[in-house]
Amino acid sequence: MKQTTLNGILLDEQTELTLNDLCRACSSSAEWIIELVEEGVLEPVGYQQTQWRFSGNSLQIAHTAMRLQRDLGINLAGVALALDLLDEINTLQARLCRFEPNDES
Amino acid sequence: MDFKDYYKIMGIERDASQDEIKRAYRKLARKYHPDVSKEADAEIRFKEVGEAYEALKDPEKRAAYDQLGANWKAGQDFHPPPDWDAGFEFSGGGYTGGNASDYSDFFESLFGQGFGAAQSGRPHAGFHSRGNDHHAKVLIDLEDAYHGATRSITLQAPELDSHGHVSTTQRTLNVKIPKGVKQGQRIRLSGQGSPGMGKGQAGDLYLEIEFNPHSIYKVDGHDVYLDLPVTPWEAALGASIKVPTPDGQVDLKIAQGTTSGRKLRLKARGIPGKPSGDLYVVPQITLPPADSDAARELYQKMEQELAYNPRSKLGV
Repeated sequence: MKQTTLNGILLDEQTELTLNDLCRACSSSAEWIIELVEEGVLEPVGYQQTQWRFSGNSLQIAHTAMRLQRDLGINLAGVALALDLLDEINTLQARLCRFEPNDES
Repeated sequence: MDFKDYYKIMGIERDASQDEIKRAYRKLARKYHPDVSKEADAEIRFKEVGEAYEALKDPEKRAAYDQLGANWKAGQDFHPPPDWDAGFEFSGGGYTGGNASDYSDFFESLFGQGFGAAQSGRPHAGFHSRGNDHHAKVLIDLEDAYHGATRSITLQAPELDSHGHVSTTQRTLNVKIPKGVKQGQRIRLSGQGSPGMGKGQAGDLYLEIEFNPHSIYKVDGHDVYLDLPVTPWEAALGASIKVPTPDGQVDLKIAQGTTSGRKLRLKARGIPGKPSGDLYVVPQITLPPADSDAARELYQKMEQELAYNPRSKLGV
C-alpha cells in the first residue's frame, strides 16, 4: 500500500490558536480555558476574548493542566503552581545535561 | 491471564479502610503521574494504580474482588470462576472513571461487560462523541531539526469494535518533521486519533519531539553546545581552527589567552527558526601526554622558563 506523508502542525510560538480552537482541541468549555487565563497559566495576546490568540504551546499546557486536575484532584491554583515548578525543573535539567559528559557509544 | 494483586499494587493491607485506599491512591498518583514523574515506567505504573483504585474504591467491586480470596498471587494464571459475582447486588458497576481501554484483561474479565449490567459502555444509536486524542513520542536526531526529515511511525492503538470489544491495531504513518523543531515540541495531526462515535469527529494525534542523545552536541532549547578540545598553544597564542557544526564545518578564530570553559558564540548556528538559536563552542584545553623524552624535556623547559604559579590567588 502506498504511504502518503502527513504534514502536521508544529505547535510552536509561531502557531496561533483562538479560544475556540483550544476548546475544541481540549474538548473543554470556554469557561475552563478562561479560568486558566485568569490563573495566569495561559497568556493570550489580544484584549477581548473574541480576539484572544494563544501560542501553539498553550495547547500542551492546557492538556497537561487538564490531566493534572482530573487525575490528582487539585484545583487550578495548584495546577498553576505544579506547572511553574515542572517548567523550572525542565530548565534546570536541560542546564544540568549540558555539563554531563556525552555518551561515548 | 495474570492475576493482579490490587492491594499490593497500592501498597496497602487487605483490611485497609476506604479512606486509606483513597490516601494511598492520591500519593501514588502524584508519584507516577506521567506529567510529573521522571521515572521510565511512570505511565505503566500510573495506569496500574488507576486500575487498582477503580476496583477498590467502589465497595461493591472491592467486595467482589475480595471474594476471589487472598490466596492468589500476582502474576498467577487466572480465570474467573463461573458465576463468580453471583450473590452480589450491583447498583452501578461498570466503569466509573478513567479510560476503560487502559485497563487490563484481568480487570475487564471481572468488571467489564457483564458486571453490573445496569450500565453499558456500548454506544447506542443517536449518540455522538469526539474520538480520543492519541499521544506518541518521536525520536529524531539533532541534524533532523536543522534540515527537516520524514519519519515513519508505528502506532498501536486500541480500537473498539462494533460489539464493544477492545482490540489493538497497528498502523504506520509517514510524518514530516519540519525544520526547526525543538525538544519537547509537539506536532498535531488532525483527525489521526481514534474515530468518533456516531457523527462525532475523529480525535487528533499528537507527536512529541524528543532528540536522540548526540555524541558531540548538547541541546538547550534552540541553542546547541559543543565542547571543543584545543591545545595549550592554540589557547595561549590564538589560532584559526576547524570546528564541526550540525550544518557542516566552519573556521573559528580562537583569541590568544583563551581559557577553558569560556563560551564562544556562533550566532544563528543553533537550531534554525525565528529567531534561530546559537551554537556555543566551549574550549577545553587538553594537554599533550609527556610520554617521550622530548615531550618531558619540553614540559621541564616550560617549568624553568615560564615561572608560572596558577595558585597565586589561593595564597600558596
